[in-house]
Formats: sequence, structure tokens, C-alpha cells
Amino acid sequence: MLRQELLIQGRAWKYGDNVNTDVLFPGKYTYTVTERAEIARHALEDLDPTFAAGVQAGDVLVAGRNFGCGSSREQAATCLVYNGVGAVIAASFSRIFYRNALNNGLLAIVCPAAAQAIAAGEPVTVDVAANLIRCGAGEFAFPPLSASVMGIVQAGGLVEYVKRKLAAA
Amino acid sequence: MSENTAQTFAQKALARAAGLPQVAVGQVVDARPDVVLSHDNTAAIRRIWQQFGQERLLIPDRLAITLDHAVPAPTTKHAQNHAEIRRFVAEQGIRNFFEVGRGICHQVLSEEALVLPGQLILGADSHTTHFGWLGAFGAGIGRSEVATLWATGELWLRVPESMLITLEGELPPGVTAKDFALRVIGDLGADGGLYLSVEFAGSSISALSLAERMVIPNMMAEFGAKNAYLPPDEQVIEYLAQRVSAQRIPGWFAQFGDTEASDAAIRRHIAAGCLYPDPGAAYAARHTYRAADLESYIGCPHSVDNVARLAQVAGTPIQQAFLGTCTNGRLEDLAAAAAVVRGKQVAAGVRFIVIPASSQVLKAALAAGYIQTLVEAGAVIGVPGCGPCMGNHMGIPAPGEVTISSANRNFRGRMGTAEAEIYLANPAVVAASAIKGAIADPREVV
Repeated sequence: MLRQELLIQGRAWKYGDNVNTDVLFPGKYTYTVTERAEIARHALEDLDPTFAAGVQAGDVLVAGRNFGCGSSREQAATCLVYNGVGAVIAASFSRIFYRNALNNGLLAIVCPAAAQAIAAGEPVTVDVAANLIRCGAGEFAFPPLSASVMGIVQAGGLVEYVKRKLAAA
Repeated sequence: MSENTAQTFAQKALARAAGLPQVAVGQVVDARPDVVLSHDNTAAIRRIWQQFGQERLLIPDRLAITLDHAVPAPTTKHAQNHAEIRRFVAEQGIRNFFEVGRGICHQVLSEEALVLPGQLILGADSHTTHFGWLGAFGAGIGRSEVATLWATGELWLRVPESMLITLEGELPPGVTAKDFALRVIGDLGADGGLYLSVEFAGSSISALSLAERMVIPNMMAEFGAKNAYLPPDEQVIEYLAQRVSAQRIPGWFAQFGDTEASDAAIRRHIAAGCLYPDPGAAYAARHTYRAADLESYIGCPHSVDNVARLAQVAGTPIQQAFLGTCTNGRLEDLAAAAAVVRGKQVAAGVRFIVIPASSQVLKAALAAGYIQTLVEAGAVIGVPGCGPCMGNHMGIPAPGEVTISSANRNFRGRMGTAEAEIYLANPAVVAASAIKGAIADPREVV
């Protein structure tokens, strides 16, 4: 489930503004669907029924403003992780989704220019070390994460990060 | 640029929670919340927490757990989930646990006075912004973060920039805090308050009843806000002091000195915790509204910021009306609905579902006769809890149906059916629509 790769390569799945948590992972499943494969299968069910069957490891989601708005449900992020999504590139993120993504080792990249330029279905490369996105329209730089937050992502997520912290204490 | 020493509410609250004399906007702090909230998601959080290998929670007395999102259990799986939570609560000796039927977390914690002005509450629920009504810093977080808090007692938070929204003057009759919140979100967008601490001020805010005040920070979750804040006044202090005084919970009560503390001492303690922004504090944006310019608004499908004036969508046929939720399921909301439907009948072909936000609301509504009035008009009453708000049960619409709801969220599929539409409105409009069978202005019905 961990996205520690320094180079993420895949196809772009492109969506619009305000992609909310109910279309990412419907609320009706939040207390009954607990298996990873089943969580993965319901990803984006009410937005793009072709997504869960078609997504490949390393693919990236590309969207507009306020990605992940709505509920605090962490499955909105983990359903993408369980499908092997490499990163989400958006013009902006809703704050709880942003935390949930990084806390599960999923890169959430704020880059309005790339979010606009990337075409649906085209190959995209994210060079994490260089903070660069490469796509048909060229190269786009994105702001690096703070060292402490990058520490959580590189540990593979918050749970692993806290485990190490508790072990070291 | 000289440093602005005047502090926002968010700076003061997060400095307090981090044990620091002062914090700067943008600074990342390790904050120690006073209360950590979870609900039906507690079993899932427990499974994450178990990965830390701890046998005992670090902060059991700071947890507050309600069963509210799917209650009573609609399926065996939901029942197993609740059973797992009850076992965990018993095993860890968690005192602040609220059973099926007690009500919705934000309402229950408010009624129980478990969160006080100036405190930090973090919850595995996006509407934890709710606690801004009493001048606390409330923010939603994810399940892994709650598990982390159970194990370590602290979590990183960035000190947010603040936005100030001022409302001046007297609201026109029939125009509510819900309408104001919808108007703000409609004007500025579903991400208009993204990452911000959204503070409210002005003569109209302090004139609102406490029930109305609760609506505003609750709705700010739909605005992208990290937290929201209304300045706590005497009414807030009195509401909380009465409840603290009535309960005298051992342990938790220790913060008031001792269990014999006088009512006056309780009031002083609560008042001393209140935090107010300094004059001259820096705001990323300021917006001012005149109450007299506001009217009733409707959040149209499928986004909360798709806001129309009531008059623009009046007449839209509905098949279901839902009154309830942490946004608008309080006594005043039931009173407003009862006043609209008294002596009338719900339209043929419409279900009118009424779900009080808590057992205390239900009891008071029974005593006041509102439940009688609503039932006589053809409403059905549900068990206090979240009801059909997020599509678990108790009023899932059929494909093609339209619901008008007093909730806070109308995303596609929110109530369990992707092909259904949800309109958001204030309680009187929901009740009037149930009578008309179409979105209606209460003035046309009464």
C-alpha cells in the first residue's frame, strides 16, 4: 500500500472541481465494507464506474479545486491506495482528505498548472525527488512537502511513522 | 514588515493546546486535544490503534464515543460493529460513551458539556467544526489520526489563517442561521474557507439563540474550513455551567478544582477559559453581510454551494422531506416545523421523516407537544441519531426521487442512491415542502 517510490509513472484519470468523498467512497459502505479488495472495488463508484476496473498501479488522479471535500472518511484516500494509485494531482485539496492521503502514504500534490494541462488518459510521470511532474504539455514543478510531513509519507504513512516513534521512545 | 502581535482565536487556541506562549500563523504545532471524538467508526479506529501494540489507551478520559451513525443497527454487520465498540469501551474503561438513541455526537457532547470554550476537540467526523458555537476549536481528522491520538495524545496541526465574517442587524422573519450559512457558501464557494479558521462576529450573531448558533460552525465544514468560531457570551457560559453543575462527573470534574465546587466557581472556570481574538488580529479575508439583505436559500443538487433563492426553486416536486441531523435537529427546529404543519396533512405521496438530534431533544419535544403535532400531520419519528443523512438507513430515496433535507450535505449518492436529488433548506421550509409536496415557502402554508 505504500508509495515510497521516487518515480511514479502511469496514466491520468482526469476529473473536475469538488470531487467529494461521497463519490470517492459512498457513505453507505463506511461501516460494513472493511476488506481492502472490496474497498478498492467501490472506489469512485458514483463518479466513474469504469475507474475501479480500469485503474493500474502507478496511475494518477488529476482534478480541479477542493479535491476530497466532505466527510472525514479515510476510505476516500485508502480506496485509491488499495487500487495502486500513485498520486493525486489537484489545483487544491480539502484539508481532511489531504491529511488522510499523506497519512496513508499517498502523495497529494498541489499543482494547479499541471492539473489543468494534463489530458485524460495520457502518461504522466511524477519525479518525487525533483518535485516535478512530466506530461505531454511539459514539466511542472510543485512545492515540496515539509520535512516532517515527508517523513510520514516516506515511513509509508502515519501508522508506521507512529510505530517507529513509539519504539524509539 | 513589523510583526503583528495581535492574535487570532486560532493562534490563541492552538498555542494553549500546544502548551506554547504564542504561535505564528503557518507554524506547525504538536497539539494535545482536550477531547477526541469518534462514533460508529470507533471499531475501525481500534483496529488501527492495535497496530501500535499498546494494551491501554494513553488518554481514555479524553475520549468521547457515541453510537449515532447507523442506530439502531440496520444489519448484522452494523450490529457487529457496535458490539465490537461496546467491548472496547468496557475493556478500556471509557467513561464518556453514549449508547444507541442518545443522539448525534456533536449534539450530545454539547448537551453533556464535555467541550468548553477555548478547548481543542479533534474528531473523526468532518462536522467537528460544530464546537465553534461555544468558542472551542473543533476540527475533523481521519481515523489513523484518532488512533495516533489514543496512543500518543498529540497530533500535528498547522496554525491556520483566519477569515472574519460579520453579520449585522436583525434577520427578517423566517430567515435563519441556516439561510445565512447557505448564502455564505453560495457566495464564496465550497472551498471559500479552505484551510481557514472562520470567525463570526456582529450584532446578529450575538442575538442568535444557542440552537441557531450551532448551525453556523456546523455548516462551515461544507465551506472547507478547518474550524469555525463564534465568540462565547454569558448565554454560552450559563448553558454549559448548568450542565456541568448537574452532572458532577468524577475525574473529568477535577478540572474545576473539586467535586464540591460551587456553581459560581464553575461559571468562573468556564469564563476564564474563553478566548477572544485581539483587536487588530490579522485576517486573510473579511466579509460583511447585512441581515436585512438575507432571505431563505436552498442548497441545490449536487453541491452545497449550488445555492438558489427559495423563490427560484419553489414548486419543485419532492417525494421525501427529512428534518433532523446535527445541523437542524434541535428543539427549536422541531418547534418551527410543528408550527408550520399544525392542523395540516403531509401531501399524498410524500414521506416526512423527523429525527430529533438527541434523546433530550426528543423528550423536550414530547413535553412541548411538538411530536404530537408532527405525528398528527403525518410525520414519522425516528430514533435520535444521524438517520438517513449519509445513506445508511431510515429513509434512503429511490432512484429519481427528490428529498428536501435540513442536513448539511447534498452530494450525489449522499443518502445512499446516486440517482436521487437532495435539496438543503431550513426546518420550516422542509416542513412546508412536506405539506405542499413541493419545495415551498412556509408563508404560503401557514
